[in-house]
Amino acid sequence: MSQFAINLIFVLGSFALYIGIAFWARAGSTKEFYVAGGGVHPVMNGMATAADWMSAASFISMAGLIAAGGYANSTYLMGWTGGYVLLAMLLAPYLRKFGKFTVPEFIGDRFYSKNARFVAVACLIIASVTYVIGQMTGAGVAFSRFLEVENNTGLMIAGIVVFFYAVLGGMKGITYTQVAQYVVLIIAYTIPAVFISLQLTGNFLPPLGLFSNHVESGIPLLQKLDMVVRDLGFVDYTADVSNKLNMVLFTLSLMIGTAGLPHVIIRFFTVPKVSDARWSAGWALVFIALLYLTAPAVASMARLNLLTTIYPAGPTADAIQYSERPDWIKNWEQTGLIKFEDKNGDGRIQLYNDSAAFKATADERGWNGNELTVNNDILVLANPEIANLPGWVVGLIAAGGLAAALSTAAGLLLAISSAISHDLIKGSINPNISEKGELLAARISMAVAIVVATWLGMNPPGFAAQVVALAFGIAAASIFPALMMGIFSKRVNNKGAIAGMLAGLLSTVIYIFLFLGWFFIPGTAMLANTPDNWLFGISPLSFGAVGAMINFIVAFAVSSATEAPPLRIQELVESVRYPKGAGSASGH
Amino acid sequence: MTEHDRNAAAYWSANLRLIIGSLIIWALVSYGFGILLRPMLSGITVGGTDIGFWFAQQGSILTFIVLIFFYAWRMNKLDKEFGLSEE
Repeated sequence: MSQFAINLIFVLGSFALYIGIAFWARAGSTKEFYVAGGGVHPVMNGMATAADWMSAASFISMAGLIAAGGYANSTYLMGWTGGYVLLAMLLAPYLRKFGKFTVPEFIGDRFYSKNARFVAVACLIIASVTYVIGQMTGAGVAFSRFLEVENNTGLMIAGIVVFFYAVLGGMKGITYTQVAQYVVLIIAYTIPAVFISLQLTGNFLPPLGLFSNHVESGIPLLQKLDMVVRDLGFVDYTADVSNKLNMVLFTLSLMIGTAGLPHVIIRFFTVPKVSDARWSAGWALVFIALLYLTAPAVASMARLNLLTTIYPAGPTADAIQYSERPDWIKNWEQTGLIKFEDKNGDGRIQLYNDSAAFKATADERGWNGNELTVNNDILVLANPEIANLPGWVVGLIAAGGLAAALSTAAGLLLAISSAISHDLIKGSINPNISEKGELLAARISMAVAIVVATWLGMNPPGFAAQVVALAFGIAAASIFPALMMGIFSKRVNNKGAIAGMLAGLLSTVIYIFLFLGWFFIPGTAMLANTPDNWLFGISPLSFGAVGAMINFIVAFAVSSATEAPPLRIQELVESVRYPKGAGSASGH
Repeated sequence: MTEHDRNAAAYWSANLRLIIGSLIIWALVSYGFGILLRPMLSGITVGGTDIGFWFAQQGSILTFIVLIFFYAWRMNKLDKEFGLSEE
């Protein structure tokens, strides 16, 4: 059977499963559409949250980022998991107790202001739409490489599949498909990792393999990797970073951004009780950790594998002939994600860091510039081919990559459509809308959101890589502080909350735009995006944490200069703090 | 202040103490051992590298899991002790 046929079977098989679930889990009420009826088991919800959270970025890109950056990119590992501690202790149980359907609804009620609710809706939509673009482009990469279909055709297929379970089933359909998608993606991620770990270290558990000895050389894997990359002019894989302030703030921005992303928060509205919301956050992190503990192992092993493929006799000896390159390099060259240019005309592939410091060594070896560029994103997808694993593992990776992208896309689309149908239509435009009317409005909003997301995936704005920074920055600087103050302070009032959210949002967005261009339009950046220009060495990616601090300070300052919230609001705050008397989530 | 209010206030401050304690550990393993204190701990080696690297890539995640389950277990118990659980 050809590789194409195997991939097709795996991908279509997983799609058939998702559509089957869609028919089984249709939503009959708004409560089922928004919060899956409120009866999801905490372990099940943990699994669905893991799939909801782990996006194309986690599945496809993260190991590549760590492979390229080594220790410095540990920020992603800590940042994208540490947020769950904040979620479990500072937000999820109380918002579950509040018991409504959406995140803006809490902000609107707690700060007794429609304007606060609108600001929250705007932040939610900007953060979620930018995030969904990344998922659709990730799905596009997986489709074009594994199913050899045109990118646009692939996206249309993906859009139709999501349409089935998201429009029919709402949160109910999404929850059960996310559980299935989690199983697909975690199997797809760990199987190649186990084989590679066995090959390189003899340890079948990748997280232990990372700290084991390299079989061939007998020295620890990480030491071996450090030596190889050093010989090629790269920074040591385990090297420390000098700008610690930026590393701390970047990690913090990712953590509070994670905790403030609405599509993750609303997953905790689906469990029966407050105590379940607490357990569920723990289970979510367990399921996330299965991938996040494997990713750094995949990163270091794949980097070592790549370099030993290019330099079979060691990094100081001759590289392989281009004509003798392995098949996986040929496959990925066709997608343009691996590029080779024989700069010194010796017919061999020289992959190294052509920095000024390494120039003398390179000249001595007769090298005339780095000849192979490898896109970080292919590392996980090409892993089975690099390790010579059987064809079905490649098919599994294709289905896994799509599961990661589609499960996150569906969660984001639900957050967007419920903000439109519940916060804007029911909450403002037509408060008297019937239950049936609202359910229809929710389905239409979902359908429109899917069409827009698919279109954006087909015509991705040139700034796809930067938008994730924007999504996390907004969630960190606007939504997280507002929610936290709403629970932990009785004194913050409507004026303080709105001023705080706007100050956090604007300062973060402006700081990002200064370096990355106004609305990411190329050429409009006012300062070059280099560490010398950054305020105190803080990169635009790390500014969300600063924006959050600005939000807190402004909100407290404005609130203390104005009147205290009315008594009923202080009672509302009291009631979210104590689990007693929580019903399941409702819209009233 | 009624008896009920006092009970509720005691529950809330117990929760806050638990959160602060947990977040100190949360910050210590990630920002502390994983980033800022890494140079100071470089003498302690783990599998070919230093313990700071281990905390940054594995140790902090494992600690986060333990923290959340500990918090959930403790709070669910406090809910009952203070008579504030859902049922």
